[in-house]
Amino acid sequence: MATKKFKCKVCGYVHEGDKAPEKCPMCQAPQSEFEEIVEEGAAKKGLNTNSNVYTILYAAVMVIVVAFLLVFVSQTLKDRQDANIVNDTKQQILSALNLRDLPDVAGKYDQVIKADALMQKDGQLVEYKGQFNTTYKSEFDKGNLHVFVAEVEGQTKYIIPMNGLGLWGTIWGYIALNEDRSTVYGVYFSHASETPGLGGEIAGLKFQNRFPGKQVVDGNEIGLKVVKYGKAVQGSQYEIDGVTGATITSTGVNTMINKVLSEYIPFLTNVESND
Amino acid sequence: MANKNTEALKQPMWVNNPVLVQILGICSALAVTAQLKPAIVMGLSVTIIVAMANVIISLLRNTIPNRIRIIIQLVVVAALVTVVSEILKAFAYDVSVQLSVYIGLIITNCILMGRLEAFAMQNGPWSSFLDGIGNGLGYAAILVIVAFIRELFGSGTLFGFQIIPQCCYEAGYLNNGLMIMPPMALILVGCVIWYHRAKNKDLQEK
Repeated sequence: MATKKFKCKVCGYVHEGDKAPEKCPMCQAPQSEFEEIVEEGAAKKGLNTNSNVYTILYAAVMVIVVAFLLVFVSQTLKDRQDANIVNDTKQQILSALNLRDLPDVAGKYDQVIKADALMQKDGQLVEYKGQFNTTYKSEFDKGNLHVFVAEVEGQTKYIIPMNGLGLWGTIWGYIALNEDRSTVYGVYFSHASETPGLGGEIAGLKFQNRFPGKQVVDGNEIGLKVVKYGKAVQGSQYEIDGVTGATITSTGVNTMINKVLSEYIPFLTNVESND
Repeated sequence: MANKNTEALKQPMWVNNPVLVQILGICSALAVTAQLKPAIVMGLSVTIIVAMANVIISLLRNTIPNRIRIIIQLVVVAALVTVVSEILKAFAYDVSVQLSVYIGLIITNCILMGRLEAFAMQNGPWSSFLDGIGNGLGYAAILVIVAFIRELFGSGTLFGFQIIPQCCYEAGYLNNGLMIMPPMALILVGCVIWYHRAKNKDLQEK
């Protein structure tokens, strides 16, 4: 036999029994002022959610379920994601040729890019036989100096992938050169985590449009420079204004261009012998 | 009951706004409001994830061991965020590239843990869902207000389109660089809280 508990709403007196008393013994309130106290957790009896075993089992089951879910999602979507990344990389390469926001990236890439080549020590290009790469930082570190040979409106263009560091994280880009291997045809920059509105503007056209027509090679060195905004000499062939308020990111772009292209000097200065 | 549900949806939009009153989610409010577009996308992503996490935790609320409830909440949120991020990478690659770090940042958004702990642990799935939507939209509204002011005066643009005409710049007008900086977001949020308190007298501390 279960005794129920009733509480007087007026004074808080608790009465135990089958039903509420007719009058509260403390404050004389009528029966209608009593309400039943429902024991909390009565429904959960037999399942002590505070026991150690339950806690450990719960955690274990939770982890296993979540792990399987994540593995499943990751595996089912992997092919699509990889295809997207390849497509995106191709779009970035084409962006350096000022071919942006294309509807059919893969088709255009096959049409425009004639070869994915590696630069040898003497500056000659040899076709690259491996799989298409989506990150060129590791390739650069391994000494695989990629050059993409493209043909736009009957003219040969060379595209060089670049990697560097900005203010908060990595930055990367592609620079397209004319057949003379010095005049910039177009550039593309992107970044992982630069400040939106400041360093992030290196990914914008306003900054990238300052590049075409500039010269990369100055004698036997890289002459192309990104300088502090407003400091570029008017009419200079080599100097480019950085992004306002993003000096460190602009310097990062400058260092990236200089560091990467310096490795390509044999190729860039090897104009005559190739003809 | 229906009344309680509408309250769960409406309250956090203005009177009990997560950013203005509960002071939750300030960290990401500073990070993503330099431009309108990421602010809106972040607001919507948080709305969806808070609502989904609220429902899941609400369904599990009677089985979750009390001592590890925060960890369970965190696992649910982290799993949801990872799944959403993977799906975006597969089906909306452009969006996922633009959001980059922000998607991961959702996990650390205090609004999620705050709502899970304060609401979903005590309420049913449907009102928890509405509470999640309400809080997410309340958060998004503040982000949009702050981002609107910051982008307009910081870059002279909205959604990346030039708003302040070129002739103003020629007349000597300059974009306010401070607007782009995170501290300005804090000042703007402070101004909105000021206005909000002035309108809601019962929130004022005596």
